Amino acid sequence: MSAVQDAVTKNPTIDVVSENALTFGVDSQDVAIGIPAIDAVPKRAMTLGYGSSLVMLALLLLVPLFVKNFIIFQLTMLLIYGLAVLALNILTGGSGQFSLGQSAFYAVGAYTSAILMEHAGVNYALTLPVAGIICFGFGFLFGQPALRLSGVYLALATFALATAMPQLLKLNFFEPWTGGVQGLVVTKPDAPFGLPMSQDMWLYYFTLVVTVAIYIFSVNLLKSRSGRAFMAIRDNEIAASAMGIDVALYKTLAFGVSAGITGVAGGLGAIAVQFVAPDSYTITLAIQLFLGMVVGGVGWLPGSIVGSAFIIFVPNIAESVSKGLSGAVFGVLLFLVIFLMPHGARQVAMICQQLVGKLRKN
Amino acid sequence: MELLINQILAGIATGAIYACMALAVVMIYQAIDHLNFAQGEMAMFSTFISWQLMQWGLDYWLAFLLTLALSFAGGIAIERLLFKPLAKAPILTNVAGFIALFAIINSVAGLIWDFTIKQYPTPFGSHPFLGSQLISTHQAGMIGVTVLLLIGLYFFFQFTRVGLAMRAAASLPESARLVGINTSWMIALGWGMAAAIGAIAGMMIAPVVFLEPNMMGGVLIYGFAAAVLGGLSSPFGAVIGGFLVGIFENLAGTYIPGVGNELKLPIALALIITVLVVKPAGLFGRAIVKRV
Repeated sequence: MSAVQDAVTKNPTIDVVSENALTFGVDSQDVAIGIPAIDAVPKRAMTLGYGSSLVMLALLLLVPLFVKNFIIFQLTMLLIYGLAVLALNILTGGSGQFSLGQSAFYAVGAYTSAILMEHAGVNYALTLPVAGIICFGFGFLFGQPALRLSGVYLALATFALATAMPQLLKLNFFEPWTGGVQGLVVTKPDAPFGLPMSQDMWLYYFTLVVTVAIYIFSVNLLKSRSGRAFMAIRDNEIAASAMGIDVALYKTLAFGVSAGITGVAGGLGAIAVQFVAPDSYTITLAIQLFLGMVVGGVGWLPGSIVGSAFIIFVPNIAESVSKGLSGAVFGVLLFLVIFLMPHGARQVAMICQQLVGKLRKN
Repeated sequence: MELLINQILAGIATGAIYACMALAVVMIYQAIDHLNFAQGEMAMFSTFISWQLMQWGLDYWLAFLLTLALSFAGGIAIERLLFKPLAKAPILTNVAGFIALFAIINSVAGLIWDFTIKQYPTPFGSHPFLGSQLISTHQAGMIGVTVLLLIGLYFFFQFTRVGLAMRAAASLPESARLVGINTSWMIALGWGMAAAIGAIAGMMIAPVVFLEPNMMGGVLIYGFAAAVLGGLSSPFGAVIGGFLVGIFENLAGTYIPGVGNELKLPIALALIITVLVVKPAGLFGRAIVKRV
């Protein structure tokens, strides 16, 4: 009992629905007035409606036809990071656990794909499920000790994983497979069946198919019995266990699923970048994914792509504004975003939804 | 045996750095209830300010005191300008704010003082301490300063009205407001104090790691680890945690084959996590029990 209580009481970091209860420093004045709260997760709050989803899909299908190869590559990375952010969103937004260790799962996925392709000659498409399954197992196992921890303690544990991973990949012991510090070069696949498209464009559409499939899987997962169990644990662990939810199982399961999806993203990333090296998967990557989740809106799956766009394009914008101060520009832009919309892109989407609703009434 | 004692001594010497930083981390955690990722950068910036003051010809201790005052004011200003508006935002958004602050301070410091490594003076000298080759007088001084700081904080929190008000505001904000404590300003005060303690930590650490904009990266990680190990609710625990992390790290580097410099950090972290799995509130932390 005490362990469960501990876990609940010391979980200041994460919450989505009851965030009003968890904010602090509220002036007494505001308590009397009451805080204008964003609705506590309406029915479809974690997803988009069919109409907007189809528009989004059409955009993603059509845009690459009109742009240069380099931009297609960036769009591919957008989808890949989107997947990784989505995975974190399932873990944090869904089950309320926080992770700074996503870069480690991403690295394992990337290396699995790269090693299978280069050493075993496996077809690139077949390496992805393997990467997903291996990462699922890895995440599930890591979830076991993480069960005892929550909040900042869990953050530190996952952080340790993220800092250890590049060093582990560099170990001499694994060098025959991983290529040590130098990493591995991965060959980019050609379009199959003699399709008349460039490698980049083929890879983009391949990534898009994988992304859409995983997105649909995730949406359904969160709508399912398991998804409701995740959210029940997020909102109140003790109440969830009182309702008969196996808290330990679902928490580790959330870790597993999140790691699995991140692993697939990592595998795709390895194929797209054509290179894996230990230093591509440092804690910086994990922090970027975290920022992507916050900017997109914690717990709102479509926001993942917005967050991913933020972490891919904003550093470039900052760089172009000022070379020497690019870090400061990035920080200021990030501050602007969180000042204007503390709940991320979800907030914008909700405002739009309300506007559309008002227009319809008129 | 001699090797063991030497390694423990060296561990205590590096541990003093972590203890200093951990103390600052715990301070701000007490005041605002999260870990401030920008803490190390704030300390780095303060240290640069003191360096600049000394470059302009000020005496070490004068620069030291002036830097403390400036850092205190700076900490309050950051809270008022940047984080008070975010008080009602979700906690993860606040964490993103810390990361943004980190990027801004690091980049600005790099622009003003560039990324070359600078020597930083020590007031204690760097001779061997009591004939030991492993601990220099500076490191002994650093340990002394940390202990003094700890005692000072203890008295502040236990025996002054402001200290009591800060504790009240941190543990039960609603009730604290009802008895007339301005909790919003207590948070600002917490930021100011954390910035000042960070400045002390920075000025103590700089002679060892040298002054440059990225000097705090590694130290802060160890500081966090130390604070979490000791228990985030206990300044005393943070200091002990700092020394323990320093000792762990040195012993792991010496005795576990194949660890070397690169795996020291992961091993130290793994050990800490093992401790946390057994004792989730940290070694000296109080387990907070809430009504459900």
